[in-house]
Amino acid sequence: MTAHHEQSTASSPVSTVSAEDARIAPKPRLRRFHQASWDEDLIFDLGSPGERGVLVPRPDPSLTPPEIPAALRRAEPPALPEMAQQQVLRHYLRLSQENLGADLNIDVGQGTCTMKYSPKVNDQFVRDPRIAALHPLQDEDTVQGVLGIVHALEQLLKEISGMDRVSLQPGAGSAAIYANVAMIRAYFEARGELDQRDEVITTIFSHPSNAACAKTAGFKVITLHPDADGYPDIEALKAAVGPRTAALLITNPEDTGIYNPRIEEFVRIVHEAGGLCSYDQANANGILGITRARDAGFDLCHFNLHKTFSTPHACGGPAAGACAVTAELAPYLPRPTVEFDGTTYRIDDDRPESVGKMRPFLGVVPNLVRAYAWIMSLGAEGLRAAAETAVLNNNYLLHKVRQIPGVSVPYAEGRPRVEQVRYSWQQLYEDTGVHSEELGLRAADFGTHYWTSHHPYVVPEPMTLEPTESYTRADLDEYAAILTEVAREAYESPETVRTAPHRSTVHRARPESLEDPATWAVSWRAYRRKILGEGLR
Amino acid sequence: MSSRIGLVVNPVAGLGGRVGLGGTDGPQVLQRARELGAEPLAGVRAALALREVRARLAAAAPTRHAGTSAPRLLTAAGEMGAEAAASADLDARIVYGAGALPAEGGTSAADTVAAVRAIAAEGVDLLLFAGGDGTARDVLAALEAFGGRPPCPVLGVPTGVKMHSAVFAVSARAAGEAAAAWLRRDGGVRLRDAEVMDRDDDGVRDGRVASRLYGWLPVPDVPVRVQQRKTGSTAPVPEAFGGIAAEVAERVGDGLLFLGPGTTTRAVAAELGAETSLTGVDVLALSPGKPARVLLADASEEALLGAGPAWIAVSPIGGQGFLLGRGNQQISPRVLRACGGRERLLVLCTEAKLAALGGRPLLLDTGDETLDAELAGHVPVVTGRRSTSLYRVTR
Ligand SMILES: Cc1ncc(COP(=O)(O)O)c(C=O)c1O
Repeated sequence: MTAHHEQSTASSPVSTVSAEDARIAPKPRLRRFHQASWDEDLIFDLGSPGERGVLVPRPDPSLTPPEIPAALRRAEPPALPEMAQQQVLRHYLRLSQENLGADLNIDVGQGTCTMKYSPKVNDQFVRDPRIAALHPLQDEDTVQGVLGIVHALEQLLKEISGMDRVSLQPGAGSAAIYANVAMIRAYFEARGELDQRDEVITTIFSHPSNAACAKTAGFKVITLHPDADGYPDIEALKAAVGPRTAALLITNPEDTGIYNPRIEEFVRIVHEAGGLCSYDQANANGILGITRARDAGFDLCHFNLHKTFSTPHACGGPAAGACAVTAELAPYLPRPTVEFDGTTYRIDDDRPESVGKMRPFLGVVPNLVRAYAWIMSLGAEGLRAAAETAVLNNNYLLHKVRQIPGVSVPYAEGRPRVEQVRYSWQQLYEDTGVHSEELGLRAADFGTHYWTSHHPYVVPEPMTLEPTESYTRADLDEYAAILTEVAREAYESPETVRTAPHRSTVHRARPESLEDPATWAVSWRAYRRKILGEGLR
Repeated sequence: MSSRIGLVVNPVAGLGGRVGLGGTDGPQVLQRARELGAEPLAGVRAALALREVRARLAAAAPTRHAGTSAPRLLTAAGEMGAEAAASADLDARIVYGAGALPAEGGTSAADTVAAVRAIAAEGVDLLLFAGGDGTARDVLAALEAFGGRPPCPVLGVPTGVKMHSAVFAVSARAAGEAAAAWLRRDGGVRLRDAEVMDRDDDGVRDGRVASRLYGWLPVPDVPVRVQQRKTGSTAPVPEAFGGIAAEVAERVGDGLLFLGPGTTTRAVAAELGAETSLTGVDVLALSPGKPARVLLADASEEALLGAGPAWIAVSPIGGQGFLLGRGNQQISPRVLRACGGRERLLVLCTEAKLAALGGRPLLLDTGDETLDAELAGHVPVVTGRRSTSLYRVTR
């Protein structure tokens, strides 16, 4: 370049770089993703004594220790890392580069999780001091705005579900399912029927949290397997219901993306036996504005605001769930609720029949703000358009993936799916010995990934894809092209797939380590105690 | 340090299938199969499995050790193993039949038994055998001669016609994969006892195929269906047995239990504090808070009828999901009726094993049409404490 500059004169500004050299290099058909690898230490091992990021002001000398309650005073300062700002920023940027997050990849492979775009403008609302600086113990009169948002969000979700009241307390979908089961228990207890009604019915392709929450709440669980056509088995339901039935907890569409065409009949059969019906709508993304839980006869339902309503999943929490119920069950809703008398909003914590709190205070308020903003930005027509686009995207991708050799779409074969599909690579496995997990890992070399399914694998060699409305046709074409390539490799050079990923920071995680609570270390303190074997107080 | 694999190929296994004969048990059937132009497959499949083992062990080895990762093979001469080893490019030590093996196609069940004995006596980490149900029975017989627990785990490379036994991998490749995982000892691969079954010696009865349970062999249990957990996954298997046992104890209370054969029932009995017989039906006395007592081991139909009404616990047998009529014929229609029929029948199965049926229904073959009809439909399967799955069961 320097040489070119020397040659050029003021009178001839024309570059001598050829058009060919100046052209941006053509890109390969598929991305060659390469994850950064920083070998970064834990933040607790970084920094040095006395290093500072901010100078914290000395406490006001007038604030003598006795004014701070003894229980809140530390004997010793906390063992925090000591680092300057730039080093902290660099540390976390590096970690973020060793990740394949939702904002970075075509994240359609996390089926059942509804990884839609979470609008960044909504984060700005949440960071606004009018939200961020609020304290949960502030007087009601000073937080009318945020109470108004919580109340308005309840009204919106009532309309979306058809139900009479909504609680926004739960911190996730499973917490919302648990709240619903707790309400079912309280309802039968109040009627003196709890001893008799101790069974909850669910289906194998309903999310496993339904069975888990029912058991946690003390119910026996009966799981229905699909009928010969792959649909939820109505004959099995008839065999299962009876005077012991407390409730049906069911996901629909199920985790396979199959919509239960007899859902109203399911509800009727359970109602006739005297049970309640609770609809797991964690993922309502394919049916927003199209069907409502109430219209199918359900007594309760729940939503995951971090799926359908775009708020972040927050790595397992805190996210946000919403329980919606009929008037009959409303007294049992988690407390507190937000009430409005036409002029002021009020927190009602005096609800004697309530099942109690699911989270402290009002729940995860930042996510309620985000969900409210998302719904208001779309409006009723927008919600329906989102659902229709999600279904269209899913069936477009289904059409493309189905053509890849080695893949099949078991259960209710040949039927369309709603918003997600559980595929099977069984044929490919039989032909090549390559497992679905291995294909998913190889996809990481092209900048994406996928998830298989819950356990146990009822669909063999599973892959669950859910494209949502956020992805463009080009995105879906790229995703399908990646799967096609990875499947081709499985047939032609299986070793490449088996030893993947080749361009990621962590080669493979050992699944066993996830199974042994003794090795889980979710904090520095736990890591030192459990892994380093240091005796901590 | 490389691992030691034994290999025994039954060169004639599967010959009958291609030409429409049921199997190749007995010299006449074999002769006929050859006349019909059947081609041996077992060696080809065995070599495929060995190549898979080799590739997987090499891929797992640290690069500088890749050269030493190849397993050491102990096998029999010629088509009983040496040829397959050679075609998979593996060095093998011949411990049976060198110089003395009958001419091609002349080997018999006795050769399988002798080869397995010779290999097991040398000590191997795993014995691979290629064949069908008949071969599995020969392997079982050979290892039983050692007394006590079989001296080594085994794994079947499926090449036979009849494969009712659960000791086989689903394909030759899958056998190689499971073998490599076991030999690497990584990922906590456990052993499980798998059924050796074969068609009844009486052959076909009343127009139906009946099969018998001959025993159990330890096989590597490679959890290909239980990797990559997400929250909400089901409990690992040992916990599941504890849950099933707790449920059985609650249902039976203070009472008698007829416990059918099966890995599930045996594990459940162990959780209840009783050691039960391998292949038989045992009569247990249960009492809350106390270990279960075995009143009668390996009871016959008559003994069960004499023991009086009891709860009956069975588990699906073998790969196909037979609930009644395979391996547990002692629990006859008379016994079932005397105990109170379906009201007293507990079907035990982990969720994982149920899922492995791939949606296929459970099967009944009690030999009593009326009883089968009564039991058909949906059966509650106990999958854990306070957990059942309603599952389809057909005749
Ligand atoms: C259908 C369904 N129900 C419930 C849940 C549980 O939600 P969460 O993960 O927020 O607890 C999920 C999430 O995976 C789901 O897909």
